[in-house]
Amino acid sequence: MKILSIESSCDETAAAIIEDGRCILANQVYTQIAIHRKYGGVVPEIASRNHVMKMPYVVQDALDEAQLTFDDLDAIAVTKGPGLVGALLVGVSEAKALAYALDKPLIGVNHIEGHIAANYLAFPELEPPFLALIVSGGHTNLVIVKDYGTNIILGRTRDDAAGEAFDKVARVLGYPYPGGPAIDQAAQIGDAQAIDFPRVMLEKDSYDFSFSGLKSAVLNELNHRKMKNIPYKKEDVAASFQAAVLDVLTEKTIRCAEAYGMKKIVIAGGVSANKGLRTRMDVAAKQHNWALYYPPLSLCTDNAAMIGARAYYDFKLGRTSSWDLNAVPGLELPGLDRNAELNLNK
Amino acid sequence: MKLLMIDTSTIVATAAVLDVDRLIAETIVNYKKKHSEKMLPSIDHMLQDSGLGLKDIDVFGVVNGPGSFTGLRIGMATAKGFAQALNKPMVTVSTLEALAANVCASDSTICPIIDAQRGQVYVALYQSDGESAEPSLKITMAEGVYDVDTLSRKLKDLNQPVMLLGDGLKKYGKQLLEAVPNACAAPAFLAMNRASSAAYVGLKKIQQGKTVSCFQADLNYLRKSSAEEQREKKLSREAQHHE
Repeated sequence: MKILSIESSCDETAAAIIEDGRCILANQVYTQIAIHRKYGGVVPEIASRNHVMKMPYVVQDALDEAQLTFDDLDAIAVTKGPGLVGALLVGVSEAKALAYALDKPLIGVNHIEGHIAANYLAFPELEPPFLALIVSGGHTNLVIVKDYGTNIILGRTRDDAAGEAFDKVARVLGYPYPGGPAIDQAAQIGDAQAIDFPRVMLEKDSYDFSFSGLKSAVLNELNHRKMKNIPYKKEDVAASFQAAVLDVLTEKTIRCAEAYGMKKIVIAGGVSANKGLRTRMDVAAKQHNWALYYPPLSLCTDNAAMIGARAYYDFKLGRTSSWDLNAVPGLELPGLDRNAELNLNK
Repeated sequence: MKLLMIDTSTIVATAAVLDVDRLIAETIVNYKKKHSEKMLPSIDHMLQDSGLGLKDIDVFGVVNGPGSFTGLRIGMATAKGFAQALNKPMVTVSTLEALAANVCASDSTICPIIDAQRGQVYVALYQSDGESAEPSLKITMAEGVYDVDTLSRKLKDLNQPVMLLGDGLKKYGKQLLEAVPNACAAPAFLAMNRASSAAYVGLKKIQQGKTVSCFQADLNYLRKSSAEEQREKKLSREAQHHE
């Protein structure tokens, strides 16, 4: 089954063609990073304007790359949320029109589930159940993917997402957009022990996250040093901040894996491109005997391939969309919460 | 030759199928901005009721601005998707010219106004060309963004009968009618966006060979994003400061 998938939730205009949820026949991404850099972040209106201009091109490029025509496709998939509403609406409108005109099924896909599915593309042998740590600009989740249709959400962020904290700290340190990769790079040469930033673990049995306190701690520390004329190296701040984030992410993942007896661990989302995170999780995997999966860099950032991969399983589960499909900017990761699952097991 | 025209540039969601000699179908909903949800099902119903499929359409038309940025993109992305999937040409029509076509038989200067927020309106002026057998529109003032006060002075200075229409009437109709002695407002059912009027303009463009591909079709926002405007203002302030 060949699915043409479209992604436009933020500043990447993307189309891909995926066979049976696992095989990439085409993967086209038009990135707008250069356009948004001079504004220090994504400008939603500019992102939407570029999406509507570029969309037919990325779709055509995907068909050309796969050497297919529209007739060869079995379904059209699109990111329905979460994301920037105006940006999402371009992809959703385009995908609906294509599916309607071609008389093919339409599949609206959850972007966060797409990030998890990026690993299905990279690792043909990977199948649920597994524990997934999802870290991106908008999300931080610990989830047991029980089967292709069931998630059990064990932890979520109570305030800022990890990626959001990266972006904000990068901005204060004067690194260009996007901030995550810049911090990661600086952290490689900085001293992670230079400043002792807080590791917020919350309650003992909680798998939730909180990064706003850490973010404030970084800002306060910088202000304090500026006022008192205490010199600091940007790289040290980046390294110390990143270490604090990674300590929490790694520690919570280890606790969770132990509590639920999970040995298959998956990392997903934009922050899974972070070298520091990968290294830390590699070490944890060795210590705890995990099979650890994280996608190649090209599939960590937003792309349509992961949407096409997820769409295949949505289709198999009968989760297709009707012509009134709308963008849902605040869409949550679907799943049972931890307590529901605990009750189920009683 | 059948043209499907889509207009989601304002609160009105409207689509029509026009053939050379007749309007086959039209759907107009002047209710809430739920275009993303409602437009495609409306088009589907309209085509089914007319015994047509999308494959019977020869040209896909869309109203390409000015208007609601998000609304414009919903219509444009939909039309582009249709045209690309079926490998058919597109035609784009100005929101203002489409509105003017609602009253193309009028002798007055036709003044469509669309609310542009911040006390401004998108506006252009048209005159019906009475010489040809079918009325066609001549543009007498180019499309632009105007302060309502400036527009009001311009219309007064024209010293001609003026027919006002468009969604800008809701906020500024009273003010303009009071300030411009020769102005009148089109009745409500003619003052709103209607895809049949846009299709009428589109058909003339097709006959003049002014079609575009789904790759070329572009929106005419008439206004930059506020982030761009602010950045330009900042840069020009800095440049002045430098001098």
